[in-house]
Amino acid sequence: MSEKLLEIEGLKQYFPVAGSKKVVKAVDDVTFFIKKGETLGLVGESGCGKTTTGRSILRLVEPTEGKIVYDGKVIFDSASGTKADMLPYRRKMQIVFQDPYASLDPRMTVGDIVGEALDIHRLYKNRKERYEKVIGLLQRVGLNSEHANRYPHEFSGGQRQRVGIARALAVDPEFIVCDEPVSALDVSIQAQVVNMFEELQKELGLTYLFIAHDLSVVNHISDRIGVMYLGHLVELADAEELIFHSLHPYTRSLISAVPVADPKTARNSKRIILQGDVPSPVDPPSGCAFRTRCPYADERCRMETPEFREEAAGHYCACHHLDRVGA
Amino acid sequence: MSEYLVDIRHERLSFFTPAGEVKALNDVSLRMKDGEVLGIVGESGSGKSVTAYSLMGLTADNGKIIGGEVSFNGHRIDQMVEKEIRRIRGKEISIIFQDPMTSLNPVYTIGNQIEEAVRVHGDKSRKEARARARELLELVGINEPDKRLRQYPHELSGGMRQRVMIAIALACEPKLLIADEPTTALDVTIQAQILELMNELKKKLGMGIILITHDLGVVASMCDNIAVMYAGEIVEYGSCDDIFYNPMHEYTKGLLKSIPKFQEKEYSKLVPIEGQPVDLLNPPKGCPFAPRCRSCMRICLSRKPERMEFGDGGHYSRCWLRQKEAFEAGGLNGMPSVGGVTVAGAAPAGAIPNDAVSAGSGMETAVSEKPEGAFPQETREVDS
Repeated sequence: MSEKLLEIEGLKQYFPVAGSKKVVKAVDDVTFFIKKGETLGLVGESGCGKTTTGRSILRLVEPTEGKIVYDGKVIFDSASGTKADMLPYRRKMQIVFQDPYASLDPRMTVGDIVGEALDIHRLYKNRKERYEKVIGLLQRVGLNSEHANRYPHEFSGGQRQRVGIARALAVDPEFIVCDEPVSALDVSIQAQVVNMFEELQKELGLTYLFIAHDLSVVNHISDRIGVMYLGHLVELADAEELIFHSLHPYTRSLISAVPVADPKTARNSKRIILQGDVPSPVDPPSGCAFRTRCPYADERCRMETPEFREEAAGHYCACHHLDRVGA
Repeated sequence: MSEYLVDIRHERLSFFTPAGEVKALNDVSLRMKDGEVLGIVGESGSGKSVTAYSLMGLTADNGKIIGGEVSFNGHRIDQMVEKEIRRIRGKEISIIFQDPMTSLNPVYTIGNQIEEAVRVHGDKSRKEARARARELLELVGINEPDKRLRQYPHELSGGMRQRVMIAIALACEPKLLIADEPTTALDVTIQAQILELMNELKKKLGMGIILITHDLGVVASMCDNIAVMYAGEIVEYGSCDDIFYNPMHEYTKGLLKSIPKFQEKEYSKLVPIEGQPVDLLNPPKGCPFAPRCRSCMRICLSRKPERMEFGDGGHYSRCWLRQKEAFEAGGLNGMPSVGGVTVAGAAPAGAIPNDAVSAGSGMETAVSEKPEGAFPQETREVDS
């Protein structure tokens, strides 16, 4: 068994709703771990809390409750009140954002955007070394030295995302949260960026938390996949196991809803079409969050929240009716 | 009167910007029949939306059709003035946009907005219009229609709003519905609902649909025919099966290889299309895809490939490589056809350059001009 790099226990992230006493339960009691060198994919629909989970782990938003352990050291624990100084951890844990148009400062040159991380952590002795490092990083992501003096608006979406990746790599991190890094890109460019993530992982031994709503991309890049619904993790398993032997009714409908780029399969496959919309996280359903759209839901699902249990080796799922859902 | 619902011939459309002329459409020809579902796929900036919008006379102020014909149901849209187009727009052709959040008016109720669409093109009374609005909401699968009619857009979810958009579009029973990325802003489970709804409505109402999308998965499940666009040109056109199982343009092939295979057990590395999208201010001289093409030849950089047909189902592509393959096969056994490929007329030997250069390495040196007539006109089957 390989080592756990990151452990999350009972992570909760609540946001107050302006003008009322209610809270949005963006992430509600999520527990999982990430092994060294693996890619954990996190999928779910908008508003399910996948992005917030990624940000809470880095403490870009302070979690409401729960425990985060990175490489054996507790960096956050609400029970004991531990709040580690994050600066040293920022060198190890980085993030690549979804929107390459909004996440780069338009008034900084690409060289400075990438170099800023080096400045903050004082990772060079003189200007020359800084310059060389910046160029090295740009080259690593498939850009070149000429690009260092240009501004973000001069780049296409795919190139900007490369800049975002170079910035994350600047501090030699071990762990990167990739928050929908390819969803804003055109199909032909997506593949370039996905491949680059894979190559960097191989070269640098990185660990990823790969967040996306596109199940086919997540399936492609991930070793294991977690499925979120309305702030809860409902299923987690090895990628192949999850796609071919999913247990949770939500995961199944999600998989069947993915449009397959193959006309014959598309004509013959029967989609499980879920009725209705995702409920509001301000007023989530009692018990199981999915019960309002679940074909198997009954009284028990309304009364008690299903426990997130290990059903088979490494295959976790939260559902009362696995026997009825069947294989 | 044309037998086609949509008949676009050699359309050229440019936007005149301070930075120069952006050639958004470059010799686009496209036909579709009544009740057909046509998919237009391509990347951002490939001209897929512009093509469809020009059918409705919805080109931005700085854009102009500078050549060709655009006909819809016998009307020459490109020759009409705004007043005439208005009689067709919303009545015979209607559109649903990508973003249901911003395409509804936030200060009017859902009922108001559907009634408006009903009343603009007809002489229905308010009462009749309201009844029709209610009927339309039921048609698009919205429950409690009476309650919804009184609600404002912000009270509805994204999927519901897209259903309302569809209801508005269907208000006058159009002959053609243009769906511009109708599900891109929606979640997968909601996307599945909307696609299902559009399929049902097509069967029920029998209208033609142009589905614009970048998602090959969406077209695979919906379309009869597909046009693949790149940099303002249709590089390949064919039936759904032609495009997916027998792609004849290097760009189409590249697209199909660059998407992750879902529900396939073996892991295979993605094959991306290298390079960056085309700059339409300075489009390449030859094939627009040549700078990113793995099998780029010299001729690809200097001359635009002509249309070449495969079989008689209307499948065609614009790719020099196919012309070369057909020619070589024809040159060897004297037959002008290969694997179902029909090439009208035979080409004289030696006309095809054999110097295929790999993209990237030979690119800079491959700019020399091919002599005029290096590839004979007769080998091309244009507009039959």
